[in-house]
Amino acid sequence: MLTAEQTNRWLERFAEKIEANKDYLSELDGIIGDGDHGNNMARGIEEMRKKLQAADPANGSEVLKNASVALLSKIGGAAGPLYGTALLEMSKQMTEADDLSAVVKAGLDGVQKRGKAEEGEKTMVDVFAPVYRELEAGNLTVEAVEDAVEATRELKATKGRASYLGERSIGELDPGAVSIGYLFISLIEEGLTDV
Amino acid sequence: MKKIINEPSNVVDEMLDGFVYANGDRVKRIEDTTVIAQKDIQPNKVTLVSGGGSGHEPAHAGFVGKGMLQAAVSGEVFTSPTPDQVFEGIKAADAGEGVFLIIKNYTGDVMNFDMAKELAEAEGINVDYVIVDDDIAVEDSTHTAGKRGVAGTVFVHKILGAAADRGYSLHELKQLAVRLVLNVKSVGVAMTAATVPEVGKPGFTLADDEMEYGVGIHSEPGYKRTAIKSAEKIAAELTAQLKKAFDFQPGQEYALLINGLGATPLMEQYILANDVKKQLSNEAIAIPYKKVGNWMTSLDMNGVSLTMLKLEDDWVELLNHPVSVTDW
Ligand SMILES: Nc1ncnc2c1ncn2[C@@H]1O[C@H](COP(=O)(O)OP(=O)(O)OP(=O)(O)O)[C@@H](O)[C@H]1O
Ligand SMILES: [Mg+2]
Repeated sequence: MLTAEQTNRWLERFAEKIEANKDYLSELDGIIGDGDHGNNMARGIEEMRKKLQAADPANGSEVLKNASVALLSKIGGAAGPLYGTALLEMSKQMTEADDLSAVVKAGLDGVQKRGKAEEGEKTMVDVFAPVYRELEAGNLTVEAVEDAVEATRELKATKGRASYLGERSIGELDPGAVSIGYLFISLIEEGLTDV
Repeated sequence: MKKIINEPSNVVDEMLDGFVYANGDRVKRIEDTTVIAQKDIQPNKVTLVSGGGSGHEPAHAGFVGKGMLQAAVSGEVFTSPTPDQVFEGIKAADAGEGVFLIIKNYTGDVMNFDMAKELAEAEGINVDYVIVDDDIAVEDSTHTAGKRGVAGTVFVHKILGAAADRGYSLHELKQLAVRLVLNVKSVGVAMTAATVPEVGKPGFTLADDEMEYGVGIHSEPGYKRTAIKSAEKIAAELTAQLKKAFDFQPGQEYALLINGLGATPLMEQYILANDVKKQLSNEAIAIPYKKVGNWMTSLDMNGVSLTMLKLEDDWVELLNHPVSVTDW
């Protein structure tokens, strides 16, 4: 299992990326959604930071659980329940096994159970699922995450707000895919994929 | 952006406090939440909770009171409220006979309310729900998140609220709710888009001589952009869409709701009402219930929507059942 310190580093890096890209995420959402994804995520991240700083967790699982509660209570919209569920399921799985790919798989399963999206529907699942596969195969790289994010551009949205645009959603990145991409890129950049 | 606000990030909080200041005889704000709840909820009745993103005022807090909603939960502007807030709303409303949730069909709302339902059930509160999807501008197919919930939700609030007040059980309310949702349809038109305070510019742009049919209450795209038309022509298009969706049959009865989207003067809404009357008088249907005004708005959007509800049983009576709410 990741230690509390490692997990805090991972989520802090994620928080920095969300903050730095808040306007970018909202702009992306403005093109194919309702323009709030950056603001939603930034609200959640602010609460997550507060909660993580105040907490004294014993291990990585507890850190993820605290983060999940914070995100769930502040993001709102579609992303709130999805991030909240993903982190909660990862937290639970972390107590079961050391295998990081199993942890990510638990998060992916939670997101799919909650949002009912399959791969190819232009959502965060289109990054989550390939990340899990690469991780399991032992070769998850920043490039692989970025490729998965970029691949959402050509997809037509059939879930979430972007689905109202139909064909017109093709050609733009999915904002939730971009933000969840930051979560996994942060994991790699902190060197936590092979601990 | 010209708005009478302070910090854009504080609009919801400040609005709720102002709402309670004005209507404190009837409602209260549950401390540290975005829940507006009815004061003195009667015991031993099923209670109703609704809500969603803010920016649709008077929905939903304006409908809190005896005979309609017992609690309304507000999210950020145009953003679904979080599960913990909806759960607070459920707890505030619960009077021991179960709580019924009225949810508009958006991915965010459905997931957040669903998680709140799980939290409430874990604490032993009986919860059931209905998802309203009345906007016929969107195709209901596997290729979209489904039809959106718009102004027809207000009829669902009113009728279910009356039924709960008359002592319907949670199960009976659910059965009624399912029939209501099958029988309510709406379609709108926008002249301008709404400006979300934190965004600072309109959600889309229409030229001065353009309008768009089928726009959603969060500036979702519609089905047809055209040169601006007279009220008469707009009434003809909107009623034609509803006629097609319902397949009007002689002898049917409908309730009618003309809903302003925020920046359309009542004068224009009544002009449209007059033209809708002319259109519907060509049909062999009766309209025993009509209502005109701002019920489910979209901030400062200039536009209107038309909702029709095909009436069954005693639904007109339930629409006319007395309520004590801020906005009806
Ligand atoms: N069913 C789903 N499954 C997985 N991911 C989804 C689903 N629906 C939406 N998403 C993700 O959520 C992102 C949008 O999140 P956002 O925070 O903007 O919420 P929203 O849809 O605007 O909610 P609201 O309508 O309440 O404002 C999308 O880019 C997509 O990645
Ligand atoms: Mg959005």
